[in-house]
Amino acid sequence: MPQTVDHLFRHEYGRLVSVLTRIFGTENIQLAEDVVQDTLVKALEQWKIGGIPENPQAWLFTVARNKALDVIRREKIHRKFASDISPLLKSEYTLAPTVKELFSENEIKDDVLRMMFACCHPALPPESQVALILKTLCGFSIEEIANGFITNDETIHKRLYRAKQQFRTGDVQFEIPSGDQLLQRIDNVLAALYLLFNEGFHSSSHEKVIRKDLITEATRLCFLLTEHEQTNLGCVKALLALMLFHSARLESRLDKDDHLLLLEKQDRSLWDRELINAGTVFFEGAMEDDSMSWYHLQAAIVFQHVSASSFEKTDWNIILELYDLLCRRYPSPVALLNRAVAISYAKDIHSAIEAIHSIPEIEKLNGYYLMPATLGELHFRKNDFVLAKKYFQDAIALTHSGAEKKLLEEKISKCDVAQ
Amino acid sequence: MKEFLLLFRGGDAANPNRSPEQMQQHMMKWKAWMEKLAQMDKFNGGQPLTQEGKVIWGSAKKVTDGPFVEGKEVVGGYIVIRAKDYNDAIEISKGCPIFEHDGIVEVREIDQRNM
Repeated sequence: MPQTVDHLFRHEYGRLVSVLTRIFGTENIQLAEDVVQDTLVKALEQWKIGGIPENPQAWLFTVARNKALDVIRREKIHRKFASDISPLLKSEYTLAPTVKELFSENEIKDDVLRMMFACCHPALPPESQVALILKTLCGFSIEEIANGFITNDETIHKRLYRAKQQFRTGDVQFEIPSGDQLLQRIDNVLAALYLLFNEGFHSSSHEKVIRKDLITEATRLCFLLTEHEQTNLGCVKALLALMLFHSARLESRLDKDDHLLLLEKQDRSLWDRELINAGTVFFEGAMEDDSMSWYHLQAAIVFQHVSASSFEKTDWNIILELYDLLCRRYPSPVALLNRAVAISYAKDIHSAIEAIHSIPEIEKLNGYYLMPATLGELHFRKNDFVLAKKYFQDAIALTHSGAEKKLLEEKISKCDVAQ
Repeated sequence: MKEFLLLFRGGDAANPNRSPEQMQQHMMKWKAWMEKLAQMDKFNGGQPLTQEGKVIWGSAKKVTDGPFVEGKEVVGGYIVIRAKDYNDAIEISKGCPIFEHDGIVEVREIDQRNM
């Protein structure tokens, strides 16, 4: 199948599932997916023989619409559809025109956002939210989702099943929340998108294109939020800026042998200036807002890094101030650990090490490889090679990724050489 | 709340000589009328009917084509609405686009029977 058709299918899958879920009601989300699946199968069959139509998007939408009409006629006795339009769907006077109106471009744009909020319903566990987003909005197959999360098909099936159960009980409203509700619910959406983004970002390698897809999808969906007046909030722009800044550095994170490079060693000429510029626009937009979310602060910190032309030119004093603010408003052991790194550059290494050892609830970092790795790095910079090696060894035991292990092994060899 | 059957006779059903655009436009008026009724929670379904039909007569159950009645009596469709009483139902019915084509709306209360 030509690349363009595959791309088209993925892109339209989410839009079609969203509009059909709006029409059928969230309880019938599986029905919506089935109709879209049937539409794409029909497209494949017919286009193989007759070639790709002039307006393939319109073709898909027309076929999906007609299938929806058939399904509604067939199922209206057994099922309830979206309650606000249910009587209109049951009468031939109003069925076709109602469905046609709901298939307008503006309605569909809103439906995609409604779907995002529905997928990120707080009653669903975060992994289910992300799996649901990938399945319904991004057109990923079960296998592709499993690959993205380094797990098996069955686990994803379970996550999706639980999510759709929630939809089946009929408690999930298909709407863009407003007022206070919006502020609460947008948090869920952003958290899910960031989770999705990180999954792609931290697992990517030159071969794993699927992971880049996760990054692209997370960024694309966040961008859609900024396009809608209701959801174009400061925190949304901040998250988008954060994603774009991180994405800009993607090419430089790995050397040609897939070894991880730390920020210090990354070739900044490989950083994507366009992405940084785009991120900056959204960053400035976020700063114009009155709010100050976790995403604002993270974006501000990364902005400092991407604004510095070299590692040496990084303004660590500002970064430390930002971490101070971050740790006051959103305290967490991880944030305090990152703050300690900033201290090591803005002040001195000794203070940084002290800061780490005085992190409250430090046990929470027990399984986190970056904890001993950071201590290892700090001691290495102080030429305490024996202690540094011990910490790096502790870190290796905690890491899962091959690339991270390799990096730590290199560090250990450096310790051996230096002693 | 009571329910009333509105039987639509004549009107567009009796005037097939119009352009597709005109018919489309007219149908959208029907749709808009029913949408409004649905928004007010007064619309309880209903269907348009095709022109052809069959009639079954009496105890002999004789089947013929039909009914062959005068154009203005041809039943083109029906809907069921919720209304307080006949006055309410009549007011609602007067909004029907069939009157643009000199049609007829027969309003009949649905017999709510408790056993």
